[in-house]
Amino acid sequence: MKRIFFLDRHLTERLGFGLLLLVALLTVIPIVAVVIYILYEGGPAISWEFLTAVPRDGMREGGILPAIIGTFYLTIGTAIFSVPLGIAAAIYLSEYAPETGWTRVIRIAIINLAGIPSVVYGLFGLGLFVLFLKFGTSILSASLTLSIMTLPVIISTAEEALRAVPQAFRTVSISLGGTRWQTIRRIVLPQALPGILTGVILGLERAAGETAPILFTGAAFFLPRLPNSPLDATMALPYHLFVISTQVPEMPPQIQYGTALVLLVFVLAMNIIATVIRSRARSRRQW
Amino acid sequence: MEKTLNWREFAITRLVRASGYSAIVFVTLIFFFLLREGLPTLTEVSVSNLLSLRWYPIEEHFGLLPLITGSIMVTLGATLVAVPLGIGTAVFIAEVAPRWAREILKPLVELLGGLPSVVLGFLGILLLSPFLRSFFNLPTGLTALAGALLLGGIAVPTVVSVAEDALDSVPRSYREGAWALGATRWQTIWRVTLPAASSGVLTAIMLGVGRAIGETMAVMMVTGNAPVLAVTPGSLFSPVRTMTATIAAEMGEVANGSVHYHTLFFIGMVLFVISLAVNLAASSVVFRAKQRAERVLS
Repeated sequence: MKRIFFLDRHLTERLGFGLLLLVALLTVIPIVAVVIYILYEGGPAISWEFLTAVPRDGMREGGILPAIIGTFYLTIGTAIFSVPLGIAAAIYLSEYAPETGWTRVIRIAIINLAGIPSVVYGLFGLGLFVLFLKFGTSILSASLTLSIMTLPVIISTAEEALRAVPQAFRTVSISLGGTRWQTIRRIVLPQALPGILTGVILGLERAAGETAPILFTGAAFFLPRLPNSPLDATMALPYHLFVISTQVPEMPPQIQYGTALVLLVFVLAMNIIATVIRSRARSRRQW
Repeated sequence: MEKTLNWREFAITRLVRASGYSAIVFVTLIFFFLLREGLPTLTEVSVSNLLSLRWYPIEEHFGLLPLITGSIMVTLGATLVAVPLGIGTAVFIAEVAPRWAREILKPLVELLGGLPSVVLGFLGILLLSPFLRSFFNLPTGLTALAGALLLGGIAVPTVVSVAEDALDSVPRSYREGAWALGATRWQTIWRVTLPAASSGVLTAIMLGVGRAIGETMAVMMVTGNAPVLAVTPGSLFSPVRTMTATIAAEMGEVANGSVHYHTLFFIGMVLFVISLAVNLAASSVVFRAKQRAERVLS
């Protein structure tokens, strides 16, 4: 009797682990399938013309160059605003902030920023940047909106990277006569750089793929030329994919898949770079 | 030299501190602008109109109930998908999988988190909704169910990463204690590790729900966007329209400052308050659990 019970326990464990494996596969396989499917269906659409020409014939022909360049500009614009601000905020939280009530408020504010729906960021950008500050629907407005959305990702990953630097490094630097800022700039930041970079890229990856925040702040439905200034509206890959898959009747699927593929490669490349930086930094770390 | 150094140090400290406080400024600014553009609705549209069952702005019908129930329906469905998948995957990664499998699974789940929601929405239109239509024999596949399935997938990475962190932070001695008493690894997971991580797992679920309520593009693309009241389980198989999709679909076409414009900002305000509530609740669960742990350990 006792022996059967013993066997049962281990049988349960095996069944349980099998079930968990199944669940994990159920989560992961669709992800891989989605990527492979889009690579497979979108591949034939990719040609030199598709990547370097402007859309023609109501977007049913030609290329998607303005959307590619637009997403590139928006990502750079987002980085310009969010990276310095985010890293500085992380430095404050990790190196300067006292554990007081106000610091808790900052942390709660960051958590809330991370949770605000992307379309609400779009409304905010419309209210503040487009209408109130009169930047119009422009790359500037869209980049500012996206950077506030990206900020919490950058702050929290950068803070984690800074905190991972051993306290002893700081103690030694201070004891050698370094000031607080010298310690941060010369010792802490270089050590935390790979971690910070990973966070920055993952944050920008999200910004590059977002549509809702740029819908009313900077995205153009159809603009068959390249933007001339930061105050121009622009086409963008995610919004373009949305437009050609819902708003344009009789769209050739090949162009849809091709656009999805280019967007996916853009985002995947950033993702892979971030993963590589992280794992290389981990294996080289001496502490 | 001494003086310039001090001055620089002073300026940088101020600058860094200001950046730290910027997060508070942004949350406040967002709330302020939503109030500024959204509150006029309450004077322009009667409460009985806002609580009516009809959303048809062209004829001044601003009933929010169809949109709210649509959001709830899709989010509930997404939660039913994301919680078992997310928690199961997190337990597998943190407790069961060998190291090499973990190194493959974690980046893949992260990759899902990075996939743009338009790409998923696009595949939802092309693959998922035709499949649902023929499988359930529906007039259209663009239904709450399609939205729930996609959103479930979108919420999974959030649930996995938060729940996995929570499981990882359970001290190893807890597990070793259970093993020493003769428990199997399976028993240890269910009776020791998961209960010890319960507050973190709860946070994971709440943040996943928050992610699902706020998702916009994928939902707008696959739910069919019909503003009808969705309260019966049957409405899972019919088109619905969420609050986020309504804002995204209509904001581009309204005149700035019109009643419709203010009402869309009002919906944004409601979404902001919901996400605020979810996140405050999630962070207070973690905070209280931390306090309890400190009491137990001291």
